[in-house]
Amino acid sequence: MKSGRTLRLAWVALMWLALAAAPFWMPFVGGYTALGTRVLVLGLAAMSVNFLLGFTGVLSFGHAAWFGLGAYGCGLLLKFGPPSTPLGLIAGTLLGGIAGGLLGALMVRRRGVYFAMVTIAFGQVFYYIAFQWSDLTGGDDGLRGFSRQPLQLGSLTIDILSNSNYFYYFVLVCFAIAAAIMGFILRSPFGRTLIAIRENERRARFLGIPIERHIWIAFTLSCFFMAFAGGLYALVNNFADPRGLHYSQSGDFVIMAVMGGMRTFWGPLLGAAVFVVLQDYISSVTVNWMSFIGLLVVLIVLFFPRGLLGLVNRRSVA
Amino acid sequence: MSLLAIDDLTKRFGSLVAVHDVSLAVEPGELRAIIGPNGAGKTTFFNLISGFFAPTTGTIAFDGRDIGGLSAHARVALGMARTFQVTEIFPELTVFENVRVASEVAAGYRLRLWPSAHESAEIRRSVEGTLELAGLADKATRLVGELAHGDQRAAEIAMALALRPRLLMLDEPTAGMGDQETYEITQLIRRLHKDHNLTILLIEHDMRVVFHLADRITVLDQGQLLAEGTSAEIAANEAVQTAYLGKVA
Repeated sequence: MKSGRTLRLAWVALMWLALAAAPFWMPFVGGYTALGTRVLVLGLAAMSVNFLLGFTGVLSFGHAAWFGLGAYGCGLLLKFGPPSTPLGLIAGTLLGGIAGGLLGALMVRRRGVYFAMVTIAFGQVFYYIAFQWSDLTGGDDGLRGFSRQPLQLGSLTIDILSNSNYFYYFVLVCFAIAAAIMGFILRSPFGRTLIAIRENERRARFLGIPIERHIWIAFTLSCFFMAFAGGLYALVNNFADPRGLHYSQSGDFVIMAVMGGMRTFWGPLLGAAVFVVLQDYISSVTVNWMSFIGLLVVLIVLFFPRGLLGLVNRRSVA
Repeated sequence: MSLLAIDDLTKRFGSLVAVHDVSLAVEPGELRAIIGPNGAGKTTFFNLISGFFAPTTGTIAFDGRDIGGLSAHARVALGMARTFQVTEIFPELTVFENVRVASEVAAGYRLRLWPSAHESAEIRRSVEGTLELAGLADKATRLVGELAHGDQRAAEIAMALALRPRLLMLDEPTAGMGDQETYEITQLIRRLHKDHNLTILLIEHDMRVVFHLADRITVLDQGQLLAEGTSAEIAANEAVQTAYLGKVA
């Protein structure tokens, strides 16, 4: 057991090293920094979906709504409010998190397939709002006319707008903070009640855990993480896309989580990396890139049901 | 005052009356067995008491308080813990982790993000004590899902014990067990009853276990209360022999 723990720590240290050095090694394998930034942001989103799916045992198929709300919240603040990147992120996180928390209170009464259906339905509502409300959101064209602003740290200005490496490190710090909070929650007594619910809802209920309340808290937390990732995504593109709210986007996040390994903490990040890199390479060859990813998902689910990272460590954060 | 007082409890599922006007009083420190043929309504009766579903009519009082309208988790908080006929555990967690969840909930830490070192140590000691009591101390780091059936049952009882219950409800704790496992679980229940003075409500099919353990026995048949008394009284009861023991012999 002890040696397994050491090995896992070594892997995680290696991962952080690789992430920290990404702008230096990525060009040598044919990548570019912005690709790494996308992996981090979408990976954080997939980890947020997995906070519910892998650690609470609840499948949301509408999480793109909170991702998209985070993006629009961030973009709208930057467009109409003070030109501050951190404020934009806070606005996006609050918008998506609070909306998700409020609607989540209605959703958690349903379980299983019914819950998944309700999350799709609520998610689509936001998609159509973003699509129709052209005056505010730009409708089908998406929200434009804003850009991430250089960071002001006292007298120091960090130009994350034009220097893509600086922006990568800004996103990496945001990612690290969010992942640390998420991991911290999962290792707490509260996090262990979520894993208990995932493992056996009936047993958890009869240990005295109010299931609906705990699932709702988990759902709300997951929405906040999701919206934070969405806010970052708006900064990546200087653009918010209504398709970021669509349930097919939710499906992509679930695919990343399942592909990477939903019983593992870092699996969804790996899933996002595979997804984003394949999308980048294959879409330059054919527009049917999704059929290749689909094939890969089928193979992984058939032969490695625990996902790519599930192969490496059989026991996850628990 | 009775710890558990049930009056005229009835549960209908459509036209089926699963439990019909059953009354029962369990005194503090008592070990009460509920027996009856298959389909007698024993598990339904348990489900009503523990809040799995609501009774059609009748009242359930725990320690003098009407708990009929309380949720399952609120009943646990009052001190009622139960196990299930089919083992309900957290299969992918270790024995220690299974019991720790229960200990943390019982300590009121279920929403805690940052327990102090002192609190964590307290929980650890409490879990270790519970595992010792249930005879699982040497299996603490094993995954529960990989244990033998008897040990899984013991782990479920350990989780219930970690809740520090005032009433422990066991639904067929020896179901599916061999002789040795049955003996060990019986000894565990006996220790909990005699040494720890725990009030226990027990559904059981194995008559050796029932006669060995129970202070009093309640017999259900077709959802109704057929008889109640000491082991000797029940063994001598003609109605019980016809309905139940007669079929066994």
